[in-house]
Formats: sequence, structure tokens, C-alpha cells
Amino acid sequence: MAHQHPRLRELRFTLHRIFRNPSAAIGFILILFFLAVAVLAPYIAPPKYAHNPYLMPHKGFSPTPKPPSQTQIFGTTSGQYDIFYGVVWGTRTAFKIGLFVVSIAALVGIALGAVSGYYGGIVDEVLMRITDIMWAIPTLVLAMTIAVAFGRGLDKIMIALALVGWRWYVRVIRSEILTLREQDFVQAAKIMGVSDLKIILRHILPNAIYPAVIMASMDMGSMVITASFMSFVGLGAPKGYADWGQMVALARNYIVGPPDDPLKFWYTIVIPGGCIVLFVLGWNLIGDALRDAFDPKLRRR
Amino acid sequence: MLAYITRRSLLLIFVLFGVSVLIFGILMTFSPERRAATYVTSPQQAKDIPRIVQQFGLDDPFYIQYVKWMKEVFKGNLGWSLVASRPVAEAFWNYFPVTLEMNLFAAPIVIIFGIWLGTLSGIHRDTWIDHSTRILAIVGWSLPTFLFALVLLMIFYGYFQIFSPGVLSDHLTMFILDHPDSFRPYTGLYTVDGILNGRLDITLNALSHLVLPVLTYVIVVVALNMRVMRSGMIEELSKEYVITAIAKGADKKTIHIKHARRNALLPVITVAGQSVAYSMEGSVAVEVVYNRHGIGWWLAESAVQLDIPVLMCICLFMAVIFVITNLTLDILYAYIDPRIRLN
Repeated sequence: MAHQHPRLRELRFTLHRIFRNPSAAIGFILILFFLAVAVLAPYIAPPKYAHNPYLMPHKGFSPTPKPPSQTQIFGTTSGQYDIFYGVVWGTRTAFKIGLFVVSIAALVGIALGAVSGYYGGIVDEVLMRITDIMWAIPTLVLAMTIAVAFGRGLDKIMIALALVGWRWYVRVIRSEILTLREQDFVQAAKIMGVSDLKIILRHILPNAIYPAVIMASMDMGSMVITASFMSFVGLGAPKGYADWGQMVALARNYIVGPPDDPLKFWYTIVIPGGCIVLFVLGWNLIGDALRDAFDPKLRRR
Repeated sequence: MLAYITRRSLLLIFVLFGVSVLIFGILMTFSPERRAATYVTSPQQAKDIPRIVQQFGLDDPFYIQYVKWMKEVFKGNLGWSLVASRPVAEAFWNYFPVTLEMNLFAAPIVIIFGIWLGTLSGIHRDTWIDHSTRILAIVGWSLPTFLFALVLLMIFYGYFQIFSPGVLSDHLTMFILDHPDSFRPYTGLYTVDGILNGRLDITLNALSHLVLPVLTYVIVVVALNMRVMRSGMIEELSKEYVITAIAKGADKKTIHIKHARRNALLPVITVAGQSVAYSMEGSVAVEVVYNRHGIGWWLAESAVQLDIPVLMCICLFMAVIFVITNLTLDILYAYIDPRIRLN
């Protein structure tokens, strides 16, 4: 093992650091569980409408939720939508939102940040001022405004969040690259005549990417929170779409039951709500463990 | 120092200009007919739409409409709010105190509690104190505000019946509406107005309505401050001046409080400032769930009802708050840390 490739050695050490941390293991288990549910959704909860499996099946239109029973093991929420079905297919929705938003935001942000940090000068100045402007409006507010302009719908929410999310990555990657740019190994590569693209991709990004990876993991959670809040407010998917945020919204009028049994309808809110929390918690635990593992200040202690 | 402030202020104006163009641009993506339709209330008036488009120049080029809008904004005319059914500028001052009140109570708790927990966690690194505070923080951070608020409402309003949603109890709201002379809204903050009017029951009632919103907000937001404080403490405690202090024989408490914490506080100032700048965002979910009619509630309601002037106004307002807080922070920072000032 003495002549292991240094990058491989570092990777092994990092993995060791990550999995030494019990919270990381919990995070990975949670996310793997949700991933399994999302992949196996058609088998766990066979869709009733073949043309659109994301539509929750419902028997009748009664607004009063029904408690868990033989046929509906998690009960039904307001409008008689099957909670179990909604939760299972909602997992897919959550992954769709998270993966779409984070991958687009991260790709755009990393690319712009790399260009801005590496070339500097006028490109940097222009990009940074644009980022400054985007930065001044809070995520939720800007995303809501964009979603309003695009019209309602889950896809509009996803696009809006992706349009807002990239600004974080730009700043983080740029500041990493500013310190790397002047280092000897980059200068050496430049003198050897390596192309700019290759320098950025092979020499700079592998060293600058970690903060962005951590952020992407945390973002998976926070973007799902923001999207579900926008669904909750009513900017999201049409009624009956399997989406955790919307299921919470459906349950909103039933948080307080009849006077003799105030917690009668707990399942309408605790089950979809619990899914959101566990999903976000999983990504945050992973992100937290990654931060501990990658942080050079804490790494070797 | 003066040059520094001037430069920052110029940037401030630039950012505000950019934000206004951005927001105006986003909302201009609505077709002229669509924007005119907002002012039409009955199907019979639908034939007026082309006339409205003509009259207000809604199909003019972007820059003409922008300049027109900016002129009005500088005159103090921000448009008409459908949700509030009154001018935006007037409605704003009705809603703002509600949001301000909650944040005035929540912000100090978040900052002080975050610093305290972070210090504790950093000093007792890798012990059970550290682990449990970190787990609590990360769980809090993972809670969606709106969901947590609903669950608290379910428990404390539904089950225990102690705290109720809203800003004031109904009988007091009615009383204030019926007796505009005996209760004057000096500040718009019910907790303060209650004292000024000698009505302690109103103050107490308003406070009881603030408990759940503040609790929700604090638990969700405190994690960030804590996190920064913790890593700051850990970093500072490993520095050489701490070793010197130990060698000198200074006791642990002095080292932690006087030496390390003072330095670790620097990054926390930034984060605390950021959380002030973003506090309006956090209040959206809280206000929607607890039915407190503040800026956040107004924003959510306007987004659903396509109340465009309100969206523009709130975005601009948030940008102003953000930019001003950041400017203050930068100046404060430069004042505290000479390395920044002299750079």
C-alpha cells in the first residue's frame, strides 16, 4: 500500500472519516431508504391512473379525513386522497425537485464561478455585480416572484428555484479558485502550455469542489423545503398531485379536531410532514459529515 | 475609511438599481393584456382590456415603462394592492409593524442563544454536550418552518388550548376597532401600544400570541449561528495565543470567555447580520401559518392572487434591508478589525 496514488489515499481517508461519524451513516440510510421507495414506487403503490401515476387516487370528495384502515393503511386526507399512495409517489416528486434544482444550480454556479475566478478582470467584475444583485433578494421571495411570473405548477417552481440557487455556488467556487490560481502547480501547468480548460477541469476544480459538494447536499434538503412551502401556499402542483407540501396543505384545516378529540386527524399532517423532515434531515446529516470530513481545519485532528 | 464607505454606498445604489430592473423585468414577462386584466373585476369589463392597455401604455417598450414606473416610485406611489384593497405604500405601513414586532422579539433570542450554544459546544468539543447540541441544531435546521409551526399549533392550540393564532384575541381586536379614541396605535406594535395606552391586558394578550411564532422561528434559525460560533471557537482554541495563555496560568474560564470567544465572535457578527437581512424571509412561513397579517403573509397572499405591485414593493424593500444591513456590517467589521480597514 506504500505506493498508492495520493488522490486515492486521500479518498480512502475521507471515506473513513465520513463513516466514522454515526450521523453520516444515519443520513445515508435515510436517503437510501427514500431512494428505494422512489425507485420501487410502481410496485409499492401501483398507480390507478396509468396516464399520470403522480395523481393520487381518491374515493369520493368528502373533506373530512378518514383514519388508517385495512385498505388505506395511512388513512385518507381531506378530499379522500390516499395518504400512503401520496407519500410513496411524493418521494419521487421530492427527488425530482431536489436533483433537478441542485444539479442545474450547481452546474451553472460552478461554471460561472470557475470562469470568474480563473480569468478575473472584466468578466469577473460583470459576473460578480450580477451576483450581487441576485444576492440582495432572499431565495424564497425571489423564487416566489419568478414562479408567479412563469405561472403555477411544480415545474415552474423547480425552474424558479434553479434560477435562484446558482448564486451560492458562484461565490464559493470563485473564492476557492482565487486562492488556488496563484499556486505553484497551476503556474507550472500554465508554463507547460496546458490549455485553460484543462487546467480548470483537472487541476483547479478537483481542489475547489468540496465546499460545493457540501453545499449541494445541504441544498437538496433546503430546496425541497422551499418547494414544499411554495406548494403549501398554493403556487405548486395542481390539486391531487402526489407532493408532500401539497398534502400538508390539504391537511391544514384539520390540524385541530373536534373538541372531545383535538388530535383526531394527526395522521394527515404527521405522515407527509414526517417524510419531509426525514428527507431533509438525511441530506443535512450527510452534508454535515462531509463538512467535517473535508474541512482542512478539522480534518487531521 | 471615508473612501471605503463611499465606495460601499455607490455599490449599494448600483445593487438597488439592478434589483429594480430585475424585478421589473421578471414581472414584465406577463403579457400587457394579462397585466391589464388585474384591474378588471367583472366579465362585462373584459372588453375594456385593450383600452386599459392603451391608456396605461402597457405595451410600450421595456425602458419606457420602467422609467414611468420609477418616476412614480420616487413620488411615493407604489401602485394599488388588490389583496389589501388600498395603495401599496399605505398598506405596507399597516403590515410592517406585525413583522417587525415578531423579529424584534426573535432576533435577540436567536443571536444570544446561538452564541451561547455554540460556545458551549465548541468548548466541550466531542463530548456528549457537543453531540447533543449539534444533533438538536441539525434537526432544527431540517424542520420546514411552516410544518413545525403547524405541529406547534396542533399541540398548543388544539390539544392544550393555551396559545391561539392571530395577532390579538378577537374580543380585543373588536374593542380596538370600536374604540379608536381610547386606544391609539402609536407604533403599530400591540405590545408597546398596550403599555403606552395603559392597557396591560392588550400587551399580555399580544405577547401570548407571539410565543409560538417566536419559538418556531428561533428553533429553526438558531442552528446557523450556533454552527458558526462552534467552528469559530474550535479554531480559536487551537491557536498559539491560547497556549500562551495556558502557559501563563490563566484559568480556563478567562481563556474561553476573554480570549477565544471575543475572536470567535467576528464571523458570528456576519451571520447574525445575515440573519437580520433574511429575517423577513423566515417570517413568511410563520406569518402564513399563524395567520399574522404582516409583510410575509402579504407576500404569500399576493403571490397567489397575482398582486404584482405588491411583489415589486416587497422585493425592493427586502433588497433595501439587505443592502443596508450589509453596509452597516461592513462598516462595523472594518471598525472592529483593522486588517480590513487598512486594506
